[in-house]
Amino acid sequence: MTSTSNAALLIALLLIPLVGAVVVALLRGNDKVAKQTALGFSLVELGVAVASWLAYDPGGARLQQGFSVDWIPAFGVHLSFGVDGIALVMVAVIALLVPIVIGAGWADKLPADRTAGGFWSLILLQQALTIGVFAATDVFLFYVLFEVMLIPMYFLIGSFGGARRQYAAVKFFLYSFLGGLIMLASAIGAYSMASDELGQGTFDWATLVQVVSDAPLSNQIWIFLGFFLAFAVKAPLVPLHTWLPDAAAEAPIGVTVILVAILDKVGTFGFLRYLLPMTPDASVELAPLVLVMGVAGVLYGALLAAGQRDMKRFIAYVSIAHFGFIALGIFAFTAQAEVGAVTYMVNHSISTGMLILVIGMVVARGGSSLIADYGGLAKVTPALAGVFLVAGLASLSLPGTNSFISEFLVLIGAFGPEPVFTILATVGMILAALYVLWLYQRVFHGPLRGDALLNVAGGPGTAVAPAVAARKAVVDLTGREKLVLAPLLVLVIGLGFYPAPVLDVVGPSVEATLQSVGVTDGGN
Amino acid sequence: MTGTHLAAQQVAEVTEATGLAGSAWLLILFPVVGAVVLLLGGRFTDAWGHLLGCLTVLASFAYGLALFFSSTGMSSSERVQNVSMFDWIPVEQLQVEFGLRIDPLSISFVLLITGVGSLIHIYSIGYMSDDKDRRRFFGYFNLFVAAMLILVLGNGFVTLYLGWEGVGLASYLLIGWYTNRPSAATAAKKAFLMNRVGDVGLALAIFIMFAELGTTQYTEVFAGIDQLSPATITALTLLLLLGACGKSGQFPLQAWLPDAMEGPTPVSALIHAATMVTAGVYLVARANPIYMQSEDGRLVVVIVGALTLLVGSIIGCAYDDIKKVLAYSTVSQIGYMMLAVGLGPFGFALGIMHLLTHGFFKAGLFLGAGSVMHGMNDEVDMRKYGGLARVMPWTFGTFALGYLALIGIPPFSGFFSKDAIIEAAFGAEGWRGWVFGGAALLGAGLTAFYMTRLMLMTFFGKQRWRELKSEDGRDFHPHEAKPVMVVPMVVLAIGSIGAGWFLAGGDLLAEWLSPSLGALQEAEHAVVPHALVPWLTVGLSLLGVLIAWLVVGRRDVPVTKPEPVSFPVRAARRDLYGNALNEALIARPGTWLARALVYVDNKGVDGLVNGIAAALGGSSGRLRRTQTGFVRSYAASMLGGSILVLVAFLAVRYA
Repeated sequence: MTSTSNAALLIALLLIPLVGAVVVALLRGNDKVAKQTALGFSLVELGVAVASWLAYDPGGARLQQGFSVDWIPAFGVHLSFGVDGIALVMVAVIALLVPIVIGAGWADKLPADRTAGGFWSLILLQQALTIGVFAATDVFLFYVLFEVMLIPMYFLIGSFGGARRQYAAVKFFLYSFLGGLIMLASAIGAYSMASDELGQGTFDWATLVQVVSDAPLSNQIWIFLGFFLAFAVKAPLVPLHTWLPDAAAEAPIGVTVILVAILDKVGTFGFLRYLLPMTPDASVELAPLVLVMGVAGVLYGALLAAGQRDMKRFIAYVSIAHFGFIALGIFAFTAQAEVGAVTYMVNHSISTGMLILVIGMVVARGGSSLIADYGGLAKVTPALAGVFLVAGLASLSLPGTNSFISEFLVLIGAFGPEPVFTILATVGMILAALYVLWLYQRVFHGPLRGDALLNVAGGPGTAVAPAVAARKAVVDLTGREKLVLAPLLVLVIGLGFYPAPVLDVVGPSVEATLQSVGVTDGGN
Repeated sequence: MTGTHLAAQQVAEVTEATGLAGSAWLLILFPVVGAVVLLLGGRFTDAWGHLLGCLTVLASFAYGLALFFSSTGMSSSERVQNVSMFDWIPVEQLQVEFGLRIDPLSISFVLLITGVGSLIHIYSIGYMSDDKDRRRFFGYFNLFVAAMLILVLGNGFVTLYLGWEGVGLASYLLIGWYTNRPSAATAAKKAFLMNRVGDVGLALAIFIMFAELGTTQYTEVFAGIDQLSPATITALTLLLLLGACGKSGQFPLQAWLPDAMEGPTPVSALIHAATMVTAGVYLVARANPIYMQSEDGRLVVVIVGALTLLVGSIIGCAYDDIKKVLAYSTVSQIGYMMLAVGLGPFGFALGIMHLLTHGFFKAGLFLGAGSVMHGMNDEVDMRKYGGLARVMPWTFGTFALGYLALIGIPPFSGFFSKDAIIEAAFGAEGWRGWVFGGAALLGAGLTAFYMTRLMLMTFFGKQRWRELKSEDGRDFHPHEAKPVMVVPMVVLAIGSIGAGWFLAGGDLLAEWLSPSLGALQEAEHAVVPHALVPWLTVGLSLLGVLIAWLVVGRRDVPVTKPEPVSFPVRAARRDLYGNALNEALIARPGTWLARALVYVDNKGVDGLVNGIAAALGGSSGRLRRTQTGFVRSYAASMLGGSILVLVAFLAVRYA
């Protein structure tokens, strides 16, 4: 089931950012060198990720590039890793976004007593742990990484964020940590089921999948709920979402990208990797619950996004709406919807990552993340306006952008089995146009307003504000910013017209996931 | 049934394209290249950007002409060709292909889009010459042309959808062109949103096709359509119609189109008169095998068309803004086209014919209006015009020809196409013939009235502008436009004269379109004899002209709007309360809902979840105290979490 060829690639993917984190931490004394070193490591990581993608055989074993060593033999816990198509695309997206985030944050001023080395070291550590979560094939290892992953993020928000950073960081930590604990209870439950069944307990993913999926529905539901709560907090699904707006608003822009565009995907990834294969009967039984939460998220997130005054909180609610679509796709159990959900995870990372970055660029110029502080910006920064619009259009899933492919697949695949939920979610399309265009109109159209731009006075709640506080002239995109945004722009349009590279990689893994739920007809 | 028979006949033959048609993707590639170069090229391309913009569209036009002439000699069965390009969205059973369908219907649209498009591009060189962002304008224009070509050339409903939303984007960008005006930004957003309402209909129709037939490609959908239940087919027709109403400004989604006049006038001419707004008519015509299967669906199309043509022409009588009158005229004329395609085999080709003639004369009228505005410091209030015929002879001449075409005076083009629709409407069975024919006839009279009013207020009578100043305090010095603007107007005016006669003569167009739309039929029993209809139409139009002269032409036009006015005029001035209704039913409640939810989310949901977390953690201050106390909350929350799971478990088990 697990192929071990090319395991070196995965080992390298895990170790490079880890080593990088240590090295960069040691270079704390020199901000510039630390920054350059971090970028160097992240670029090497990207190169290895590309190699790993090329080495991956979509038609091959369920898990590839795998390896395993004993960790706690008494409990049958292994340090074992491996990727399927779904994990692979997520790993690739992280590898892509980290150097972009470093480039975007190149000129940011950090809070007074903080060093660039500390910041970028934490980012690299975050990258290593997140890749570990996606690649773990031992359930206990997954749990541990799921929790440990919170630590760098906690410090990234709590030490480098805005005015209410500590509140936001603790709230983020508590929510996720609590969810994780409940998951641990379920994982232990699964372990004991395996131990009853096989005479010997194990946390091996493939074994647990076999054992638990054969268990009666009543037991599966128990396991399901534990995992589900952890993932639903992470994703986040309404009504477990309220930590995200605070965290997204207080975190520095680059951290918001990592948090919203990548970390949250662990939740939906968990649905696919753990819930569906391990507890197929419970997943089908409780699908209506998830669908209600998902579709509620689509509409609720969209309406709240429209009502926000702060651009960074806006991002959080937009994402909540998007996660609703992903949940709908996963729990509709058709090939199209499922592939749609997985590509949605990738495309959301790209397009929302881009939207967060351009919002960061606006905030960096105006020193405020309040929408009301802006107006008419398109006149002085036409290129920024153009890129912002492209990112916005990708967020509203305009055909021709990458997000359209995934949203279309989710909806067309979900319509057959779940017409009512799908119709409701389709209304979200209108609301998406509303919140994106309204934001764009208020920030970029109309007469040029000076509240934020010409009267810069260190706006509220942003770590990037000081960078421009002194400078009154507003400049359009710089060469560095263009370079950072260009790959995202290319991917947004490129994957919109030619999504086959992603579809091909995730297709067989999705099919395997669906087979475990008992859907084998390819869906219609 | 004739209907079934026809549908089966149409889907029989689709051959794989070779030669010129095989490379038809070049049609789209030219404007795409133009748009990319102009939008990414930056200031470097300012000097020659407008020329490149025109050249790409002219190249597509030339290619389209070559394609047209290469296919005229083919037998009708060879005229429907498919160009496979690549698999766009392949997931298991869903195989969305990116490919083109080259057939008489799509070629007709290609010629309209690139032909009229080229003229309007050229006109824009002059019209936009003072705008420092002219290069970007041409970039958006090229983007529009490319999207519109994808819309009409795509070989499946998803490629159509791509173009559909693409033109919506271009329209959004161009309506909001004058970014200084908040009203422009609002109008742009409104257009996009109302279109999205319609798009939901189109999207749902596509979902149904896949759920029921497992495909979204034209060939396969049309081949399988008769296996579906009548209810499903009717649902499809209504959902597609919703999409068409959004894009084409049909009732009840018409309110965005007049607001869209905030964009520069060439935009109004190309996008909001000649091409994009007719996409809804294209959709119904393209989906004719579906509509053939549902009489109810067709009936609703006819009702929407009839209603819209009346609504548009009534409101058109009340406005003083020259572009808004023309906009409502467009709404109303597309109503005619909708009505026609709703008549099924009796009208598909007629709807397309009116679409083509209208594309010419309405584009010409808009360019004329643009020329007037250009000479009048961008003033749009006709009450400030008057007597302009003498100072703008070319504009007046070409505008007058467009006017005669629009109100349907023989032998101008609008007469042929509109009269044919009115005849066909009277051909509907029983009460329908009377109602739809009557509505179409009444609309013709109203059209004559409001257009004559426009002509009189603009070009005749006292030169009211002599005593007035424009809003920025300047005197008016109306003058004729530059040749680069006049020449396109002249070409379009020639089209207004000749096109109808050319297309209608010997049913040339209907014959040519038959491989796409089926043979055009003529009703055997019309409630009003065919021979009588032209006389009635022309008679009523002349009556409209006469009334307009009596009301407007005989006396001086007051420079300010007369107030108070009777209820009908008041209602018409306020768009028959369409906007007020939208505002009251959707916009305002929506805003309140969003605001209320923000409050609830901050206080309610967050508070509730925090409250639980805090209670589990032992004290409400815990959340704000950092760094310490994790161990206790750890234990407490583990307990709380277990209780939660247990409760949920029991709830599921014993619910």
